[in-house]
Amino acid sequence: MSSRSLHAGIALVTVAMLGAGKVEGQTLLTGLGRLAVPSELETWGAIVGPDGAGLPSGRATAAEGRVLYDRRCAACHGLTGQEGPDARLAGGRDSLAGDQPRKTVGSYWPAATTLWDYVNRAMPFDQPGSLTSDEVYAAVAYVLFLNDLVDEQDPVDADSLPRIEMPNRAGFVDDPRPDVVAAQAPRP
Amino acid sequence: MTGDDARTKAGHGRRGFLKAATLGSAAAVLRPSTLLGQPRSGRSLGEGVGGYGDRSPFETTLRRVRGSRYAQAAGSLTPLQNLNGSITPSALHFERHHSGIPEIDPSEHRLLIDGLVDRPLVFSLAELQRMPAVTRTYFVECSGNGRVKWSPAEPDTDAQAAFGMTSCSEWTGVPVSALLREVGASAGASWVVAEGADACRMTRSVPLDKAMDDTLVAYGQNGEALRPAQGYPLRLLIPGWEGNICVKWLRRLRVVDQSYLTREETAKYTDLMPNGEARQYTFVMDAKSVITRPSGGQQLDEPGFYQISGLAWSGRGRVQRVEVTTDGGRSWAEAQLQDPVLPLAHTRFRFDWSWDGSETTLASRCIDETGDVQPSRAALIAARGTQSSYHNNAVQGWRIGRDGRVENVDV
Repeated sequence: MSSRSLHAGIALVTVAMLGAGKVEGQTLLTGLGRLAVPSELETWGAIVGPDGAGLPSGRATAAEGRVLYDRRCAACHGLTGQEGPDARLAGGRDSLAGDQPRKTVGSYWPAATTLWDYVNRAMPFDQPGSLTSDEVYAAVAYVLFLNDLVDEQDPVDADSLPRIEMPNRAGFVDDPRPDVVAAQAPRP
Repeated sequence: MTGDDARTKAGHGRRGFLKAATLGSAAAVLRPSTLLGQPRSGRSLGEGVGGYGDRSPFETTLRRVRGSRYAQAAGSLTPLQNLNGSITPSALHFERHHSGIPEIDPSEHRLLIDGLVDRPLVFSLAELQRMPAVTRTYFVECSGNGRVKWSPAEPDTDAQAAFGMTSCSEWTGVPVSALLREVGASAGASWVVAEGADACRMTRSVPLDKAMDDTLVAYGQNGEALRPAQGYPLRLLIPGWEGNICVKWLRRLRVVDQSYLTREETAKYTDLMPNGEARQYTFVMDAKSVITRPSGGQQLDEPGFYQISGLAWSGRGRVQRVEVTTDGGRSWAEAQLQDPVLPLAHTRFRFDWSWDGSETTLASRCIDETGDVQPSRAALIAARGTQSSYHNNAVQGWRIGRDGRVENVDV
């Protein structure tokens, strides 16, 4: 049975189970789309969750990441991650409540997994997708090292990355809006 | 010659519009009568038919590109002050891209829905277009729209600069709820991660409730296919929520059990408060309005009648009422709303006004059907400080000088 007809078969069964007379409007399944096979799913690339879901195998240390960072990252982010000209990656600890908050990986980001996910999908800016998994781990390890979040020789991998304690992990609150009390305008 | 010069020369610019009410009789005296009563266009054949229409060469309003280090990670602003009605022409819809506009062959594009599902499915565009579709009118607004208003008003800031990152279109597509029924979301599913096919693979987490409520996978915009800058051939359209979460060039929906804390919902698009805490998942766009005519940079040529016109919208529902002040906020009166007032869409408001030639300030405020009131800038800053970047919906003031010049001002 092909994947297409398999899906269509499921759709027919589901429709039958809903029972005649109980089906309203457009709740019938169409049976459109074809079943994705597991080997195909891997080719779509990683999506990484905060618990490490989606992280591939591979491992690197900050010491291994230094050369890669200097060569592929530093031109935009600075040798220490603080100079720019583009997004500041390091520093800024304890600056968030001040007049000039610096929102960096170390001062602001709530999860270290975000860094792996973003570097893997979007960096370097002009060559996205060009890093291997090991290279992404290496770049991530070095940026975490620049923020004093790992030591030079700490292995960063799918097991250790989700367990890294980000300093601002508890710094986020849910949306309290509407919150501007003074907005209650007098009626004309 | 700048675009503004070109418009003025053609007599169809923003200044031209404001002159229009006064030109009538004077023009008949000043111009040869044949030009008005027997225009040249009536005495010679015009252009023939064509395949794809262009606007008049006299119409030159453009999006304005916001300064940025990279053209691919930048924004362009809709010229709200030069538009009529509530729909934004697709070619003038604001842009915000993070890694450029990809060129995608629709015959090769696929949407994968996987994760916590019974059946991971791959859809072609042709298959999606066979599914039951809906058409809805919704605004899309960048949550950074109005960002300049966290700083004190610069006199030369116009409506385009301050408010041009909102646009409104008629969107056609498939409800995400229908797609999720096809794949069968499993127990434990609570979020959907949406991923784009652009060079940064833009990724956002969407709460499953909203995805199942009114979210669309859209392929149509204002009767056509989506524009490339708006996600061609497929985008997420999450009504009333900030533009960034309406992922363009949509290639994957992964059903998951928690927010994935992507870069764009942590490092960006979170709202920093004065105490150093940041608000997260600030999805909804608040009640907002702006007078677009007369507005910053325009010119009133003489005292007399001018209909004030503007746009109002809210991510929480319908616009219930728009109030306008023509005396700097001392008194407010209710504006007319153009029917039909659609939820989560731009609503055109109008207010008849006669300018007496004295200096004054115009402003509008939106009240939506949930009672949300557009606040003053001072009230907003009192509640949130000045570092939160996003979601500034403060009242916009336009000062009319004695010389008729219209300038940006805080009210």
